[in-house]
Amino acid sequence: MTATLAILEPGLQTTIQDLGRPGFQHLGVAVGGALDPLSFRAANILVGNAPDVGALEVAYIGPKIRVEADSARFACVGAHVSVEVFPDETARTGTAVGTLRSFTARRGDILRIGVLQDSAVVYVAVEGGFALQPVFGSVSTYIRGGMGGWHGRALVAGDQLPLHRQAASERGEYELSDLDLSLPPRFRVIVGPQSDYFSEAGLRQLFSAQYTVRPDSNRMGMRLSGPKLEHAQGFNIISDAIAPGSIQVPGDGQPIILMADRQTTGGYPKIATVISADIPALGRVRLGSSIAFEEVTLEEASRLRRLFLEEIDSIPRRLTPYTPGDMTSRLFGANLISGVVDASLSA
Amino acid sequence: MADYRVMSAGDTALVVDFGNRIEQRISERVVALGQSLSEQKILGISEIVPTIRSLIIYYEPLVASTGTLQALIDDTMASLPVVESSGRLWQVPVCYDPELAPDLIYVAEACSMPPAEVVELHSSIKYHVYMLGFLPGLAYLGDLPDTLALPRRESPRLKVAAGSVGIGGKMTCIYPMETPCGWHLIGQSPAALWAQNGHADAVLSAGDKVQLQPVSLREFEQLRANGSTPIPILS
Repeated sequence: MTATLAILEPGLQTTIQDLGRPGFQHLGVAVGGALDPLSFRAANILVGNAPDVGALEVAYIGPKIRVEADSARFACVGAHVSVEVFPDETARTGTAVGTLRSFTARRGDILRIGVLQDSAVVYVAVEGGFALQPVFGSVSTYIRGGMGGWHGRALVAGDQLPLHRQAASERGEYELSDLDLSLPPRFRVIVGPQSDYFSEAGLRQLFSAQYTVRPDSNRMGMRLSGPKLEHAQGFNIISDAIAPGSIQVPGDGQPIILMADRQTTGGYPKIATVISADIPALGRVRLGSSIAFEEVTLEEASRLRRLFLEEIDSIPRRLTPYTPGDMTSRLFGANLISGVVDASLSA
Repeated sequence: MADYRVMSAGDTALVVDFGNRIEQRISERVVALGQSLSEQKILGISEIVPTIRSLIIYYEPLVASTGTLQALIDDTMASLPVVESSGRLWQVPVCYDPELAPDLIYVAEACSMPPAEVVELHSSIKYHVYMLGFLPGLAYLGDLPDTLALPRRESPRLKVAAGSVGIGGKMTCIYPMETPCGWHLIGQSPAALWAQNGHADAVLSAGDKVQLQPVSLREFEQLRANGSTPIPILS
């Protein structure tokens, strides 16, 4: 029997993502991938996967999932959110497992992820990953091109996602207590490449104003509203390439930051580009939030990139075996909740 | 004086920009620079993408410094051979039957010429592939003559069929897959320009040339049923 995860409720927009498909932009293929690659990697590492294995990206409202494998090990990383495991669909009390730790659920268990609190996304990694055919080297879902992931679309109730593993391994459960998922007070940018399309006042405005993330933002573009960024010359340019984090400004002066699912080319001037170290935090910014920008030099961006890459590299070393907090929860877990296997209890 | 500028697009990309223009001569230089940089297999460069007017180079700044890459680009540009055309020539069938060309009559009226002349003009040009972008496999072909250059539709269509042939400004394109589209549709190609099976499956590349071959509705249906692909023409 094929091991699967059955989607009972899909949540607001749950998609399979990995680190995207770079290397094919010259064919017009968007890179895509996880909006918050830091949380994504941490979730994979917690379940013992390579950091780039496809996981579920959950936006705003979580899914309800039934385990249809002997057992499956999960970890959720990203937003603060309630993560609970129920022994069946009618059970009224479940085990709260939370985020930043791995846990194992058995066949028939229901995994329920609640409403995300402080970030736009949370990642649900499963040990072994999903048994899906990569497209251009990636299982990321690119909704606009109907490509990758599960039939090129967000999950819907009734989907049965095939898993690589029939059962969780014996590796035990781990936690990660010190992952910094805070947002920078101001997102750091390199000015350009088309800053000469803007007036001096327009450029100053970018660094003094607060912008609000509009509700029509998506995985492709974060649309901002705030003081108009004034162009010095026209705003229609001959199509040019679009780097991740590009802040393009159409005729209405309201900036759009190009995100993971950005198209490969586009025709608006780009006033500045968010630095690579701040892209994962950008992916965590919620609709309706307020954001601001500050200019940094290339040298500073490189220094921050180095720190970010060191942070990613150190995650495996920072995992600690998971130990439940106190005796009450240990007893609760051992005696009352039959559906959840917690390897730390039997160790 | 150099006819290009090198600019940073964030800390992991450099843009070699030739200006806000559509010119085949520029496009050939963009493609040639991209090919030369690829052949040099420079450590730290991860991806090179040609566009109509620029080349973007994605890199790892902790491996290749921005300054080193800028110097390398200048050196490569200084020794770049002038090439007439780097790409292959393709023949692509297009059916202009009104049944598959919802905007042909509108375009003919807007350009003050009979529909047959629109077809004749559109299929008489040896097009240059300026870039692939916007969608997987979507090639921007130019140049359309000024007499066929129209602004885009006021309201884009939410869905057009794969193979639809659109015109907008000085460009024409063949949509490789179903997509929303703001261009005027004057025909449809039965040829698959994109086969999605996880390999490098765009048929055309930047720098190639394309000749459109008008076919009848019957031929269109036969070609589509037979799984037609564009035919490379040996030159």
